[in-house]
Amino acid sequence: MSGEEFVPLSLTPLLIGIFAAVACALPGNFLVLRKQALIGDAISHVVLPGIVVAFLLTGVISAWPMMLGAAAAAIVAVVMIEAIRRLGRIEPGAAMGVVFTTMFAGGVLLLEQTDTSTVHLDVEHALYGNLESLIWLDAVGWSSLLDVQALAGLPVELGRIAATLAGAIAFIWLFWRPLKISTFDEGFACTMGIRTNALGLALVVVAAIAAVASFDAVGSIIVIAMFICPPAAARMMTNQLERQIAWSVGFAAISATLGYVLAGYGPLWLGAADAVSAAGMIATVSGIILALAAMFGPCRKRAGAPAQA
Amino acid sequence: MMLELASNNGIANTNETLTESPLAIRGLTVSYGQKPAVFSVDMTVQAGAMTAIIGPNGAGKSTMLKAALGIVKPLSGQVTAFGKSLDDQRARIAYVPQRASVDWDFPTRVIDVVLMGLYRELGLLGRLRARHKAKAMDCLNRVGMRDFADRQIGQLSGGQQQRVFLARSLAQDADLYLLDEPFAGVDAATEKAIIAVLKSLKDAGKTVVVVHHDLATVTDYFDHVFLINTRKVAEGSVGEAFTAETLQAAYGGRLATAQIDQLSRVVG
Repeated sequence: MSGEEFVPLSLTPLLIGIFAAVACALPGNFLVLRKQALIGDAISHVVLPGIVVAFLLTGVISAWPMMLGAAAAAIVAVVMIEAIRRLGRIEPGAAMGVVFTTMFAGGVLLLEQTDTSTVHLDVEHALYGNLESLIWLDAVGWSSLLDVQALAGLPVELGRIAATLAGAIAFIWLFWRPLKISTFDEGFACTMGIRTNALGLALVVVAAIAAVASFDAVGSIIVIAMFICPPAAARMMTNQLERQIAWSVGFAAISATLGYVLAGYGPLWLGAADAVSAAGMIATVSGIILALAAMFGPCRKRAGAPAQA
Repeated sequence: MMLELASNNGIANTNETLTESPLAIRGLTVSYGQKPAVFSVDMTVQAGAMTAIIGPNGAGKSTMLKAALGIVKPLSGQVTAFGKSLDDQRARIAYVPQRASVDWDFPTRVIDVVLMGLYRELGLLGRLRARHKAKAMDCLNRVGMRDFADRQIGQLSGGQQQRVFLARSLAQDADLYLLDEPFAGVDAATEKAIIAVLKSLKDAGKTVVVVHHDLATVTDYFDHVFLINTRKVAEGSVGEAFTAETLQAAYGGRLATAQIDQLSRVVG
């Protein structure tokens, strides 16, 4: 494919897909190890009502109100989950299940009742994302990467997800030691003076921001695959957390790239006329990578599990 | 006048010894549900001693320790360490949780777990230097686990896991060591190794507190006991507080008469 075709049509969706996948996979490593993977799912669902309410209040689809609305909804959900868990003294999974299904259902109802026909916000977009449409019309080829005017026309989603990814990297780099210690042994971490509750909340907030920023790229359902599949597959490749993170980043990037390419060209290669959903294909590829890691990964046996008699 | 002065001095002295205790707990109450797990407990840990916290299953032994350390939020109670607030003294306190409280499938190596004990020294971004690794190796050596440094922690036996936890606490260079059931489900060799390390800590002037379940070894291992069954039952030296009467009071009907008889022979 030539640069004239690739740069405007495929470069930005591909980059956004990769950045979104990696930004979710990074906090996902800790969520999976803390057995809180479901929290990513919960977040991705609860942001929907926040985005719809933001649209209702402002009347436009614009990045910042939507981000703020989604973030507010995510925070409301986190507080509600914690409150139900503590007051009801029930397991976190049950508390999350109650909160995220209710909020998501509310979001779908709101969206259905709202006249969004003039703008690009509908249930389908919310579910599957909109990766293919995030193109860079100002670009004419590779040379546009050096053209200030063309660069100004980059989709805003690219800058947003790049900033989110940078934030996720900075968070994990800065808090690497306390994150690792408190994920392994929370009680001990607490006695070392680590604010384990605040750190756990910060991790969830980072995951929430990643989920919201990935909303445009992969939608609110498929983002959960990005939280779980690359880290889970990475866990089966190594027994060291540092290497697990590296593997998960690699798997996330491969899922996004391969998924995007297969969605765009796979059906053509098979003789079909239309492309399929890129987000769907990215999640499918990440699932296949997880299945392969589960079958062939060198560290797939739970070493700590008691031997089967 | 003289008398008043003397008694004032007396009070001042008592307060001083009380507050300078490595760990002083006052009126600690913890509840997980409707029923309190620990009710209005006072404990004054004797400096330089080896103290066993004993009581029947569900008596609140571990809960009391966790609440005293701020891992579990108590309903009420004050805790001081070395006469100051606990948060000021974290660097002087090493806590060894129950082995079963963590997931040993966590992707990390033995040496990395021991290095976690150096977190306060290293801070968020402090560089891990050769001397830190050497210290961690030395701690592993003290528990006989030097050869296992590069093993994935999931490959260890229960006794080896417990030794790694002990090595991590040694790396903290603390003055007060609090261990939650360190002898639960470990092999005899590990039990011997752990008690040897704890006795060496005591010889070095450190204070050791152990949540313990095996009544038969109390007199061999410890010089002080703290008996609890939701409320405090007894506290003091083994000779004073570890008697047939206090055990009966702590365990009630849960300890068979035959066991009491056997223990009273041990206790004397």
